[in-house]
Amino acid sequence: MAETQGALKKTPLFDLHVELGAKMVPFAGYEMPVQYPLGVKKEHLHTRNQAGLFDVSHMGQVKLSGANAAAALEKLVPVDIIDLPAGKQRYALFTNEDGGIMDDLMVTNYGDWIYVVVNAACKEQDIAHMQANLGEGVELELLDDRALVAVQGPTAAQAISRLAPEAGEMVFMDSRQMQIDGVDCFVSRSGYTGEDGYEISIPSADADRLCRLFLEQPEIEGIGLGARDSLRLESGLCLYGNDLDQSTTPLEGSLIWAISKCRRADGERAGGFPGADKVLDQITNKNWTRKRVGLLGEGRAPVREGTELFDADGNKIGVVTSGTYGPTIEKPVAMAYVETAFSPLDTVVFAEVRGKKLPMTVSRMPFIEQRYYRG
Amino acid sequence: MSNNPSELKYVASHEWIRVEGDGTVTVGVTDHAQDLLGDVVFVELPEVGAELANGDDAGVVESVKAASDIYAPISGEVIAINEALEDTPENVNSDPYGDGWFFKLKLTDEAELDALLDADGYATHCESEA
Repeated sequence: MAETQGALKKTPLFDLHVELGAKMVPFAGYEMPVQYPLGVKKEHLHTRNQAGLFDVSHMGQVKLSGANAAAALEKLVPVDIIDLPAGKQRYALFTNEDGGIMDDLMVTNYGDWIYVVVNAACKEQDIAHMQANLGEGVELELLDDRALVAVQGPTAAQAISRLAPEAGEMVFMDSRQMQIDGVDCFVSRSGYTGEDGYEISIPSADADRLCRLFLEQPEIEGIGLGARDSLRLESGLCLYGNDLDQSTTPLEGSLIWAISKCRRADGERAGGFPGADKVLDQITNKNWTRKRVGLLGEGRAPVREGTELFDADGNKIGVVTSGTYGPTIEKPVAMAYVETAFSPLDTVVFAEVRGKKLPMTVSRMPFIEQRYYRG
Repeated sequence: MSNNPSELKYVASHEWIRVEGDGTVTVGVTDHAQDLLGDVVFVELPEVGAELANGDDAGVVESVKAASDIYAPISGEVIAINEALEDTPENVNSDPYGDGWFFKLKLTDEAELDALLDADGYATHCESEA
């Protein structure tokens, strides 16, 4: 069942996961908890109703410093980094020369330095990419002595504010360096579940103790990667490697919202990122041929990644890139790439599952309402 | 795993078989199997009237995580399926040996019953897989 692999890495919370009874699986080179005894469905629902603690220490945390760090990073992403206010976080994409997406990332301006979080499976590539292209005068430091956890859910703020009242003053995408129980943490009010909550970077040596303190709060349960996947999918958030890849542009990926106005063709700092010609041309001429859409199914059968999609005449028109049964929406939910003619909302397509053609409807994402705290 | 009812028979692919004594059997998946699967969200069952040979694909169980095939543990004709699982697939988790049953077969050859594992044999098999 479990794939065997040499030298899997452990996060600073490994012992805690095992003690909590987690089922550990290999993921992006790490031994990670896929679920705890509660099980994927109850963990998912607990996060939507209360709050969950997620170990995301496998992700890459990077510190960029130097006077030109913001301008240098901006050259690698189609996003406004130069004018990102201090204490704010923003979603960004590394693009390649063809306009494809190398990775998606979070960028925070901490005043005199920039904090970057990249995906676990891409972190070596991303670090090499930054080291090769940020140029002289920008220092890159891998923060591999820190754990990263997310505390997500409608009661996350109540629980974390009990330990660090300052956290309650933050709104969505605010980032602050603050002490929690005497530990120096980087805290952002963001996450990847569609719920209000925080991502908290903790020195490795303090991570176990602090997470036990989080779990002592009555609202918070440990949540595994299984529920993290169904939560992010219901919330319409992409998983890099499934829903985005090197051959997919931000336009094809339905991520035009992530391209800052000032980097578009008529913006004050137009272009100037890898693949800009193609990306800006796609914005102007809408000449992409496939697009990421959300699909809602009928009945209960999950439609998984790799499932082929057909039109009513039996012509293949797309493929599912992520899919599961959504425990909150109580329907099969999926993300897929379809030919543009089939991308308008309410278009019905057919997913071939074990020889049967199951109808699915192109639907607005997020599938459920995002509940970020905007003050 | 000592919670496998002793009156049932088992196969290594984690289905249980209840011998009804009238040439028919009831089939489901074991407590150990439902535990491995996690929260079941969908069950696809064979059609009534289907002739299944021992080891044939007989359906699919989907959890939030993944899909797993169900196999016919013995040869026979499908005479009933548990239609309630369409709306309450979670019964596979909560009551695998009761309300979580999958289908009933009219046996092709009762001699096949001799090859099935008893509860102890199945428990030993599960330990060997652990």
